[in-house]
Amino acid sequence: MEAALKLLRSAPATAIFGVTVIVTYVLVAIFAHWLAPYGETQIVGAEYLPWSDQYLLGTDNLGRDMLSRLIFGARNTVGIAFLTTCLAFLLGGLTGLLAATLRGWVDQLFSRAIDVLMAIPALIFALLILTVVGTSIPALVCVIAVLESTRVYRLARAVAMNIVVMDFVEVARLRGEGLAWIIRREILPNALPPLVAEFGLRFCFVFLFISALSFLGLGIQPPTADWGSMVRENATLITFGDITPLLPAAAIALLTVGVNFVVDWFLHKTSGLKT
Amino acid sequence: MGKILVMVAQRLALGLLTLFIVSLIIFLSVELLPGDLAQEILGQGATPETVAVFRHQLGLDLPAHIRYLHWLGGMLQGDFGQSLANKRDIAELISGRLGNTLFLAGLAAVISVPLALTLGILAALYRNTFFDRAVNVFALSSVSFPEFFIAYVLILFLAVQLGWFPSISNIGPNTEFFERVYRSLLPALTLTLVVMAHMMRMTRAAIINLMASPYIEMARLKGLTPRRVILHHALPNALSPIINVVALNLAYLVVGVVVVEVVFVYPGLGQLMVDSVSKRDITVVQACSLIFAATYVLLNLTADVLSIVSNPRLMHAR
Amino acid sequence: MDKISRLTDLAESGLVDRRGFMTGALALGLTVGAASSLWSNTARAAAKKGGHLRLALGSGSTTDSLDPATLDSTFNQILGYGTLRNCLTEVKADSSVGPELAESWEAQPDASTWVFTLRKGVTFHSGKTVTTDDVIASMEHHRAKDSTSAAKPLVQSIESMKADGPDKIVFKLTSGNADFPYYMADYHLCILPSKDGKVDATSGDGTGGFILENFEPGVRATAKRNPNYFKSDRAWFDSVELLSITDPAARTNAITTGEVDVMERVDLKTVNLLKRRSGINVIETVGLQHYTMPMITTQEPFNDNDVRLALKYAVKREELLEKVLRGYGRVGNDQPLAPANRFYATDIEQRTYDPDKAKFHLKKAGRENLKVKLSAADAAFAGAVEAAVLYQASARAAGIEIEVVREPNDGYWSNVWLKKPFCMCYWGGRPTADQMFTTVYSAGAPWNDAYWTNDKFNKLLVEARATLDQEKRAQMYREMQLIVRDEGGTIIPLFASYVDAATDKIGHGDIAGNYALDGLKLTERWWFA
Repeated sequence: MEAALKLLRSAPATAIFGVTVIVTYVLVAIFAHWLAPYGETQIVGAEYLPWSDQYLLGTDNLGRDMLSRLIFGARNTVGIAFLTTCLAFLLGGLTGLLAATLRGWVDQLFSRAIDVLMAIPALIFALLILTVVGTSIPALVCVIAVLESTRVYRLARAVAMNIVVMDFVEVARLRGEGLAWIIRREILPNALPPLVAEFGLRFCFVFLFISALSFLGLGIQPPTADWGSMVRENATLITFGDITPLLPAAAIALLTVGVNFVVDWFLHKTSGLKT
Repeated sequence: MGKILVMVAQRLALGLLTLFIVSLIIFLSVELLPGDLAQEILGQGATPETVAVFRHQLGLDLPAHIRYLHWLGGMLQGDFGQSLANKRDIAELISGRLGNTLFLAGLAAVISVPLALTLGILAALYRNTFFDRAVNVFALSSVSFPEFFIAYVLILFLAVQLGWFPSISNIGPNTEFFERVYRSLLPALTLTLVVMAHMMRMTRAAIINLMASPYIEMARLKGLTPRRVILHHALPNALSPIINVVALNLAYLVVGVVVVEVVFVYPGLGQLMVDSVSKRDITVVQACSLIFAATYVLLNLTADVLSIVSNPRLMHAR
Repeated sequence: MDKISRLTDLAESGLVDRRGFMTGALALGLTVGAASSLWSNTARAAAKKGGHLRLALGSGSTTDSLDPATLDSTFNQILGYGTLRNCLTEVKADSSVGPELAESWEAQPDASTWVFTLRKGVTFHSGKTVTTDDVIASMEHHRAKDSTSAAKPLVQSIESMKADGPDKIVFKLTSGNADFPYYMADYHLCILPSKDGKVDATSGDGTGGFILENFEPGVRATAKRNPNYFKSDRAWFDSVELLSITDPAARTNAITTGEVDVMERVDLKTVNLLKRRSGINVIETVGLQHYTMPMITTQEPFNDNDVRLALKYAVKREELLEKVLRGYGRVGNDQPLAPANRFYATDIEQRTYDPDKAKFHLKKAGRENLKVKLSAADAAFAGAVEAAVLYQASARAAGIEIEVVREPNDGYWSNVWLKKPFCMCYWGGRPTADQMFTTVYSAGAPWNDAYWTNDKFNKLLVEARATLDQEKRAQMYREMQLIVRDEGGTIIPLFASYVDAATDKIGHGDIAGNYALDGLKLTERWWFA
């Protein structure tokens, strides 16, 4: 704890800002039920009410409280993005490490399959698949996780490739250690720092990707509060000079900025770029 | 040089294989979509009888593998076929849209690539100054904004409030060049902000990475100005990662702009593909996805070739 | 009268839009008809030629074509029919039928044979003169065995067609149809140039007020004025440009920033904000389109008319009108004829929300605590899911438990409608009572979405169709409206208006409500004031 605080004190302002933002979002997401003044889908008044004491940020296109939906949106959008990123890392990381360790046809098979997947534009592929399987949240999570895992795979494989040729791995192999042991004890610990940084960046991309899908109407489905679809639902207001519909977009931006700042700092610390 | 040709040939062959698999995947996914073209086109007005006639006319009642082979046969002879929905030639249908997409991508690239490289080099030159930090924070923020946020903010300020630019990109085949640039500027600016950060940061990182190497140290000790060191000694060697990231972003400008097209009603390829998916117009979907995939494969290949050419050690590898 | 003249002053200076004007005039005791004509006299400046019209439409897809058999969205309807081509007849703003490419027509007394006389010397854009062969080939385009035209049911009643001299065509029908001239005004049935009996359906050549210059499906179409147009008092614009902008936010942006002159389908949620913009008029047209909830009457529990009546009494129509349509429409009375229809019976009592009556009918049916599933998706109409949820709440108070099943928008018309026992649906409406009843309510019709059969109704339908005596017909149609209202398998809670917007530079006369956008003829009927 003390070490963490000390670390934080040495961090640049941007990183502190990032950490603060992330912690706030997590707290808001966890305590959404207690924080939101109204229910997630509760219709509380007329449509498009202006900002007032009663509805701090006004109401949306169906007369739901904008602030409450923003707060619940934190839970839904951030939660789903986090889950998706974890899954993508599990998939991409594991296959990437396997490919690097085993080489040969496994590597060829995985790499070529990933090449094909990457050649299809992700957004359009997602649109297609989501129309086929229907836009449920599990489907959304799986589809995006698979698509994003391609990039994780590439990084994991590249990083692991450099480690596999190291002497200590060779030694472990000669010792007769099993595959799982080598990956877990020798490769993973050394590959971790770049993967952790990548996790932050991937999270941002997944997050933006989900919002783009929601914006196009194929992401998280109404009436679930979600920042991407909230922008789309209320976009007409912008014409009339009302910035309320931009708030969910700003909420997305703030979090990704925060994560990016922290990742940047982390990369800076681990990569030894002291210049 | 011969090595490069061999590599290009290998990669092209692999690319063709990739395209083939992509076409299979896309075909299968469209097959799996609920409802078919006949139902989607006839909509509420469909009767079982007209749906049957429609299917028969378009050959939709044939088994899937036969339709795929038929399509593939045409494709191998360079014939994209016709749109199933309105019988227009796909080559004709797509060429205009592809032109628009390339124009927008080109415009965004012309703005963003020089800007990103300049800012990146400057940031490396003046690293750890206020300028460097400001550029860094700006880049990190702009890459963090969802595209539609940037687009709507630009519309709100530049179109609705100031009225400098049109809020929709109404361009046609007869629009003059400068008019076209003017009407496409807002979407191009949006895309610039989206892709610039990535390229800029890579430029800066690649150059700074090299600054610690002995030959740069040598150049510096010779008393060269930092500007000369960076431009003449560091930059040429940093080109390979920079080219890679530029290629990646150019590919994105071509294939990943559906959201921007939707917001600005820009008649590009992405919109065409989304439309065709929703109407199950499989031939158009196939053509679009092949173009996208080919763009990706070719740009990647170009990047690899360029980074080899730009790096003597790779060029003359033993 | 003083107040009325003040109101007309306001209208002339553009401070009051049509809706405001009508409300004001009605409050001052004028009848709808009088107020409407007063509006058109004051607000309409004389039409004049010139200008380039930019029209933002809320539909259009890259799969669109100009073939009249596939005109399925307002974009290709207004292009393929209203701008480039003409029919034999035309429905006018007062919903009567007038001549277009046909100069006149007459029927045999039993209305089963019709003779149309062609207008002389009308040419297509290509310069070819319109002949009887073109007319016959154009009908055949929809009538042929392998046709997939949505107008097939309309022309199937034609038993034979033949030319009689250079400018007369004789249509023999399978049975009498007094509304046949209305059929000929259907937008699918526009007259195309033909060669050897085959029509040219896709090039866009026609007789219309504008000549196609460029058509990019799903994006835009441009056309310039036809200098040889046979109507001298139409087609005022020098050129027109139709833009497909399906995103309501982009459409609204376009009109507020002056990128377009007219926009279709105003976003009702922000309509009040748009109205406050100076220089933009919101135009409401009371049309024929209505939202329905068909119940498949061959299935339990909807085969019991008491169940159907209970469900009809459980709808809060006023609330739906206010929340789903923001007041832009009228409440429906469970029968499909709109007030604008000439056979609309004004003396039928409006059905209102009545939980007690609903309970009474449920008890009679022996089905207290009725539970039903209602399938809904916004593909049926914008706000359909919302309407279903509101209905769920009002029905609960009447002792009916409705489970709202959200269906996917994709494939709604093929997988839900006509298949699920109780669902949301919409009808664009038909210009005549006969067409409306025949298409959706007659026994065995493919689109009879409630699978409803009523012998008395079907008998009346055939009789009324062949009756040329308007008084008698009106009586018959009144009775049919009553039957559908009280025994039919369809709840019709709402008639939805068309709500569009135009800048104040645009002038127009009385707006026809038979289709959207001034009967799909906006481009030739409107002008720059």
